[in-house]
Amino acid sequence: MFQQPLLDANEPASSTLQLPVAMSTGADAIDWLYYFIYWFSVVFTVGITAATLYFVWKYRRRKGVSAAPTQENTALELSWTVPPVLLIVWMFHVSYSAYIRNAVAADNALEIRVRGARWNWSYQYPDGTPESGDALYLPVNKPVKMVMSSSDVLHDYFVPAFRLKKDVVPGMYSQLAFTPNRLGEAQVFCAEYCGAGAGPTAGGHFSMLSKIKIVTEAEYEAHLKKIKDIPAELKDKENGTALWGEQLYKGKGCTTCHSVDGSAATGPTFKGVWGRTETLTTGEQVKVDENYVRESILRPQAKIVKTFENGNMPPFVFTEKQVDAIIAYLKTTK
Amino acid sequence: MATVATPGLGGKTEAHDPHESYLAEKGLKSWLFTLDHKRIGIMYLIGVLAAFLLGGILALLVRLELFTAGRTIMTAEQYNKVFSMHGIVMVFLFIIPAVPGALGNIFLPIQLGTKDVAFPRLNLTSFYVWLLGAVFGLYTMIHGGVDTGWTFYTPYSSKFTNTSVIPMLTAAFILGFSSILTGVNFIATVHTMRAPGMSWKRLPLFIWALYATSIIQVLATPVLAITLFLLIFERAFGLGIFDPSMGGDPVLFQHFFWFYSHPAVYIMIVPGMGVISEIICTFSRRAPFGYFFIAMSSLGLALLGFLVWGHHMFVAGMSEYSTMVFSALTFLVGIPSGVKVFNWVTTLYKGSISLKSPMLYALGFIFLFTIGGLTGLFLAMLAVDVHLHDTYFVVAHFHYVMVGGTVIAFVGGLHYWWPKFTGKMYNEGMARVAFALVFIGFNVTFLSQFVLGSRGMPRRYYDYLPEFQSLHQVSTIGSWILGLGFLVMLVMFVQSLQQGKDAPRNPWGSAALEWQTPTPIPFHNFVDQPVITRGPYDYHLATEAELDEGYAPGERPADADD
Repeated sequence: MFQQPLLDANEPASSTLQLPVAMSTGADAIDWLYYFIYWFSVVFTVGITAATLYFVWKYRRRKGVSAAPTQENTALELSWTVPPVLLIVWMFHVSYSAYIRNAVAADNALEIRVRGARWNWSYQYPDGTPESGDALYLPVNKPVKMVMSSSDVLHDYFVPAFRLKKDVVPGMYSQLAFTPNRLGEAQVFCAEYCGAGAGPTAGGHFSMLSKIKIVTEAEYEAHLKKIKDIPAELKDKENGTALWGEQLYKGKGCTTCHSVDGSAATGPTFKGVWGRTETLTTGEQVKVDENYVRESILRPQAKIVKTFENGNMPPFVFTEKQVDAIIAYLKTTK
Repeated sequence: MATVATPGLGGKTEAHDPHESYLAEKGLKSWLFTLDHKRIGIMYLIGVLAAFLLGGILALLVRLELFTAGRTIMTAEQYNKVFSMHGIVMVFLFIIPAVPGALGNIFLPIQLGTKDVAFPRLNLTSFYVWLLGAVFGLYTMIHGGVDTGWTFYTPYSSKFTNTSVIPMLTAAFILGFSSILTGVNFIATVHTMRAPGMSWKRLPLFIWALYATSIIQVLATPVLAITLFLLIFERAFGLGIFDPSMGGDPVLFQHFFWFYSHPAVYIMIVPGMGVISEIICTFSRRAPFGYFFIAMSSLGLALLGFLVWGHHMFVAGMSEYSTMVFSALTFLVGIPSGVKVFNWVTTLYKGSISLKSPMLYALGFIFLFTIGGLTGLFLAMLAVDVHLHDTYFVVAHFHYVMVGGTVIAFVGGLHYWWPKFTGKMYNEGMARVAFALVFIGFNVTFLSQFVLGSRGMPRRYYDYLPEFQSLHQVSTIGSWILGLGFLVMLVMFVQSLQQGKDAPRNPWGSAALEWQTPTPIPFHNFVDQPVITRGPYDYHLATEAELDEGYAPGERPADADD
């Protein structure tokens, strides 16, 4: 019943009134179950309501007509106890089967490392390359296994188009397995409440969004190659490295906590940060140079600037070239 | 008949005329130090209604903020506090004590045919413990509130938020004791204080429901106390139970929390079901179909309620085997719930049905609870739950059960018993208008949220994608209709207290025991110790005059209409 027919990945994904577009092989079985239980509920509710309204009208209070005494009827009681038990046994069976199929990743699955931190998602491809933008690229029709962790509070990686979600828990790894089968863009939400930052521009649970771009195998390979290096359009520009750094600053969610206009936020502002002398929580003073920036990206808790004790910045994964680019960018945010 | 002497506070002996209304004695002291279960029930009622008003205003603020994407009236931080406080106030201060604390306290002893609960001093204590918890809750609000959601999930609550978590946890901790004391008291009362002739088989279904609820309260609430206590210690002293950076396990907190909070769902809904059973029988003038099945399904829900906490954690990172077991057990909850609905509808068959406002609430309950229960099946199905978990679908589902179920039942019960405990009738036309507004407003607010959720809108979001805006706006408009309905109801009840007609002894023509005693209720509940010779639903043993007059012979005032 749930055999997945081979689909044309180019065919646009369709949505229904109640369910969003379906873009993975597991989604159809779940949609079938959803609509089965939906129509079951509609029929049941209409039946109960119709019986109630009919009785209320038919047996409305009238002068001289009194209620008939109630008789016990064990056969009737059993008739609405036993068949529902059989029905729920079947419903449990089909829903658990669909669930367990999604719980196990294929052996040849593409392993994507997902890190959740307030309030952004970051990705690392199987060869260790970190994604530099805010969208994850995945090749169509290839099984994927996500290995997910959190560096602060509980999060939840939720992709409605795949009908999947899983909590991302500090101190343990959790997994998601799926096979995207449509080309296009899938929205990602955080579905486990994780607070909000202070101030009008700060992010929060509601802004912990991301996207998955499902592309052809060739486009996927091209993308992987591209993100390892400076974007082609910036390569020949005079200040190309700094512009790449700016892209990373915007794409990796740094904006949620670090402003470039001097306004206060969860972390120190980047305006005039280069060469600034900062006082640390230990009372020690440190000059913002290449080594301090590098350490603060890769090991943020090592040297925290005073008054930002509660910032809780998570560690980020960047390639050497990307760290260079961010350093180049910070030299320009005067 | 001679006055009956009862020992009062401070060793004094107070004399009460058995004919005198329990409301006759005036003065604040007579209320604050009362041991009378009815007066304690009234104080609970005022308390929970105040909490409901506060929680309702917070709900309207949440919906108003969501009327437009981005900022409407508050910041993200404020929004997080407002929705958290809405949940905490509604759950701990209102919905858990609402039916047992207010309606149960007033009517449990009367339905049993006794003078009071088994431990009247403990009963007053439980109210003051509730009040102390409420004071802590209000202190927290004035102190800026909390932003953890009512679930207090770790490590956010133990380490990351800088809001007033400890005072709020203390409030919930204290409120738990109030709940335990009420439970112990009710269990002892049902076992030892039944009037002569009040056999277990004649026990009103409301009593069965309160009895089942009390068992859950006594067994489950201590686990909440332990959980909150550990969380307070972790936050205050760095005890590493739940924090992974200290070797703790954040998922363990969820197990502890839901081990209480899922049974708590039945603490909330089972008493409501008891109220509905009473109303349906009275307004159909018929014994409940399947009395035994309805009574036992209350106990069945109480038992199953302890076995299904894991369904709150299907996506939390439990093993696939645990999710399997919890999914299977969760499906079983559908059986006793379904049994109740079928029995209520069958009770109507060949009845003599009157559509007075309490009955409108009871019929509304059947419809709304059916939707609430069936959408629970969506969430019991593992594969479907993974998609719907932590979305607005879940928000809509539990509001259908908690508001469409419990609140509707509580309000229905308030309409039903109001003439008995206040001695006043209310404006039936206004009551019906209020019902229509509440019923329509509720469905507009929450039906739209099912669709929001199934289309992927996550819970607890301050902002949303543009595609969700129109459904959010429908929901917010619904909340205004709902709010208006409750406002009309408030005006109607206040008017009834000020200028309502005196209520007759038995305005609905019920065969149940609490309607056989004079209105307003005498101090000792009955003029003489009643001896029970028929069940509360034995309409075939009741006389026509008894059912149709509403007055005992000679009690009918000259200006009484109907």
